[in-house]
Amino acid sequence: MKALEENLRLGQKDPHIQQNGSIISLLQEIQERYNYLPEDVLRDLAKKRNVSLMEIFSIATFYKSFSLTPKGKHKIVTCSGTACHVRGSEKVTREISRKLGIEPGSTTEDGEYSLESVNCLGACALAPLVVIDDQYFGSMSSAKILEIINGYATKDAACSCHAQTEEETPEAKTA
Amino acid sequence: MSVINAGLKTRGDFSKLQEQLKKSRQDKSSYIAVCGDTGCTVWGSKKVKNIVQDYLEKKGLGQKVGLKFTGCLGLCESGPDVMVFPQGIIYQKVMESDVEEIIDKTVLRGEVIERLLYQDPLTGQKYVYADDIPFYKKQERRLIGNNWTNDPTSIEDYLSLNGYEALVKVLTSMSGREVIEEVLKTRLRGRGGAGFPTGLKWEECYEAVSDRKFIICNADEGDPGAFMDRSLLEGNPHSVLEGLIIGGYAIGAAEGIIYIRAEYPTAVAKVRLAIAQAEEMGLLGENILGSNFNFRVSVSIGAGAFVCGETSALVASVEGRTGEPRQKPPHLAERGYLNKPTVINNVETLANVPFIIRYGADHYGLTGTERSKGTKIFSLVGKIVNTGLVEVPLGMTLREIIFDIGGGIKDGKEFKAVQTGGPSGGCLPASLLDSPTDFEELSAAGSMMGSGGMIVMDEDTCMVDIARYFLSFLEDESCGSCFTCREGISRMLEMVEDITRGNSSLEQLELLKELAQVVKDSTMCGLGQTSANPVFATLRYFEDEYMAHIIEKRCPAGVCRDLITLSINGELCEGCGACLKKCPGEAIQGEKKESHTIMQDKCTKCGICLETCKFDAVIKQ
Repeated sequence: MKALEENLRLGQKDPHIQQNGSIISLLQEIQERYNYLPEDVLRDLAKKRNVSLMEIFSIATFYKSFSLTPKGKHKIVTCSGTACHVRGSEKVTREISRKLGIEPGSTTEDGEYSLESVNCLGACALAPLVVIDDQYFGSMSSAKILEIINGYATKDAACSCHAQTEEETPEAKTA
Repeated sequence: MSVINAGLKTRGDFSKLQEQLKKSRQDKSSYIAVCGDTGCTVWGSKKVKNIVQDYLEKKGLGQKVGLKFTGCLGLCESGPDVMVFPQGIIYQKVMESDVEEIIDKTVLRGEVIERLLYQDPLTGQKYVYADDIPFYKKQERRLIGNNWTNDPTSIEDYLSLNGYEALVKVLTSMSGREVIEEVLKTRLRGRGGAGFPTGLKWEECYEAVSDRKFIICNADEGDPGAFMDRSLLEGNPHSVLEGLIIGGYAIGAAEGIIYIRAEYPTAVAKVRLAIAQAEEMGLLGENILGSNFNFRVSVSIGAGAFVCGETSALVASVEGRTGEPRQKPPHLAERGYLNKPTVINNVETLANVPFIIRYGADHYGLTGTERSKGTKIFSLVGKIVNTGLVEVPLGMTLREIIFDIGGGIKDGKEFKAVQTGGPSGGCLPASLLDSPTDFEELSAAGSMMGSGGMIVMDEDTCMVDIARYFLSFLEDESCGSCFTCREGISRMLEMVEDITRGNSSLEQLELLKELAQVVKDSTMCGLGQTSANPVFATLRYFEDEYMAHIIEKRCPAGVCRDLITLSINGELCEGCGACLKKCPGEAIQGEKKESHTIMQDKCTKCGICLETCKFDAVIKQ
C-alpha cells in the first residue's frame, strides 16, 4: 500500500506557495507525485489530517485538474476553447477518441494513452491545439492528428507542429 | 545581475538605482528581442533564442548586443516573432536556420532580410518596422507596449522602464484615501468580466474596520478563447505585482494573494520569480522603503473550475474548499477571505493601476469614451488573419479591431459574428460591426465586454452549434448548487442538441426560450444567471439559422453532423486514392484512376477526405 510520504510537506519547494495546508494544495502535490490521486493515499491523508474522506473526495471530484484514475504513458490533451472550437477542435477530439477507442477523460486499457479535453490553454493562435506529453501541436486537423498518433504508436519521432505534413500523392502534385 | 546587492531602504536608494539602470540600458541599445510568450514558444522560439545566444557568444558579441526573451509581441499567428533593436525591425516565422543571417546582416550591418518581413495579407505590402504595421499602428499599447523592451524575468528591466515608480510615489506622497480618489476619478472598471468600478470596490474595503484585510489578484482566466491575463503575467508580471501592492496600500491590507489557474505553468513561474525579486529588492516585505508599510504576497494555484471566477467561489477555493458561490450580501468587502474584508481585482485591472498613479487620472482619461476610460486588451482569435493580442482605446469600433488591426477574415471568407464576453457574453452580427467597444454599448447590443476574448466567426461557423458548445461548456462547469442552473443547463443543452440533429420543432424552440428565462431569473450567482446567454445571444441575431435547422432540417454552415452528407463529384475525382487511404472508417471505395464513392452507412463525417482531396472533388451538403 502506498503511504502518504513523510516528506510530503507544503511549502518546501517554494516559500511563496500558500502554506495554509489546504487540502487542495495537498491534493495537487499528491497528484504531481503519482500522476493521479490513489485512493489509499487519500484515505491516509484523511486519517493524518483528521479530515473526513467525504470532504477530500468532494474536493477531488469538484476540480477538473484532479484525476482519480491513473493517466496513460502518453497524455493527450485537446483544447476545446472557443477559438479551437470554431477552427474544428471537436472533429479532432472525435478522431482521437475513435482511434484510441476511449472517451475524453479516460485511459486506454493497456495504459498507453489517456485522453483529456480541456477548456482553454490560452494559445488560441495555434488553434486547434493538441498537447501530447507537454509537446504542443498547433493547427491540427483530423488527418494530421491521426498521423501524429500513428507516429507515437510506431515509436517514430513525432513531427513538430511546424512540419505541416504534406500528403504523398504524386498524382496530385502533377495535376 | 543586480546593480546593488542589498535591498532598497529609502526613496533615495530607489532613485539612484533607477538612474544607474537607465544608463546601463542606454549603453546597450542594440539587442534582439525574441518572443517568449506561450504562442511563440510553441512555434519554437525557445530554440531560436538559444541559438541567438550561442551565436552572439561565438561572434564575441555577448557584451555588445543584448538578448531578451520577452512577453507577447502581439502577432501570435506568425510566430516566432523576433525584433532587432535599436531599429525596431520585426521578423516573423523565424526559424533556427535564420538566426545567423539575422545577426550577420541585420544586427551587424543594418541590412533588412526581405523574406522574414511582415506582409500585409490584403495589400501584399511588406513592412520593416513594427510601428508601421497597421496591426500595431492602430493600437494603443499602454499595458503591453513595453513587452519588446522588457525581459519579464528581470526586475532591473522593469525598473529602468520607470517600474515601481508609482509604488514609490504612493508610499512617499499619498495616503490610501488619495490613491482611491485618483482611481475613482479615472472611472476604471474591472477588466475581468462584470466591469464593477475598481475605485468603489477599494473604497468599500478601505472603510471596513478590521485587524486584517486581503487583496486578491484573480488570475483564474477561465473564459475560453481569452489569454490576455496569461500574456500580461508572462510578459510583464511586475506591473501586475506593483498594482497589487498599491491596491493593498490603498485599502490598508498587508497581505496579497495571486490566484492563478494551474493551466498556466509559465505564468506561475514568472509570477513567483517576480515576487522573489521584489522581496530581494526591498519592494515587498516589512517597512517598504522606510514607509512603515508592510506587504507580503503569496501564490495560490487553482485546480480548474470556471465558477471560481465568481468572487465568493474564488475565496472558497483559496480557503481550500470546493469553489461554490454563496449568497451576497455580505459582500467580500465585509466578509471575504478568512471572513476578513477582501478585494478581488482582475490581472489587467491591476496592471492599469501603476499607469494611473504615474501619469494621473486626467492623463489616463484622455483615452476611451465618456463612460469607459482607458484601454482594453483583447485576444483576437478565431477565423481572423492576424490572430493575436491587441490593446486598443475603449470605444474603438469592432470593425476597426477586426478588419484594420485583425486584417479581416481568414481565407477570404465572409464575416458572420464576433463573440465577446466568454460564455456569459454574446455574438454580434455584421450589422453591428460599427458598435464601439465600450461597456454600455456592448451590453445594449446584447453582448458584454467581459474579460476580453474576441472570437471571430465566419460563414463556416454554425450559430446553433455555438450555442450547443457554450451550453456543454457550462453544463460541465456548473457547480451544481442551484437546481435551475444544474438541471436547466442540461435540459437546454438537450433541446439545442435536438435542433442540431434536425429533431426539433417550433414548440420545442418556444419551450427553450421559456426555460432560458427561468434559468436567468432563478439562479443565485452571476455565472448561473448568465448561463442561458448562449441561447439568448444566438437567437437574438441568428434565429433564421435555428429555423433552417428546425424547419428545413438543414445546417447552412455545414457544421452539424447529422444534417450534412459528404459525397464525391465523379467528374472532378481523379481516382488518386488519397482519400481512400486516409478514410478511418473505410467508407470510400473505387478503383485507382477511377472516380471514388463514399458509402454513406459507413461515413462518420470526420471530413478527412475533404481535407485530403487536392481536386476539390469532395462535396459537403
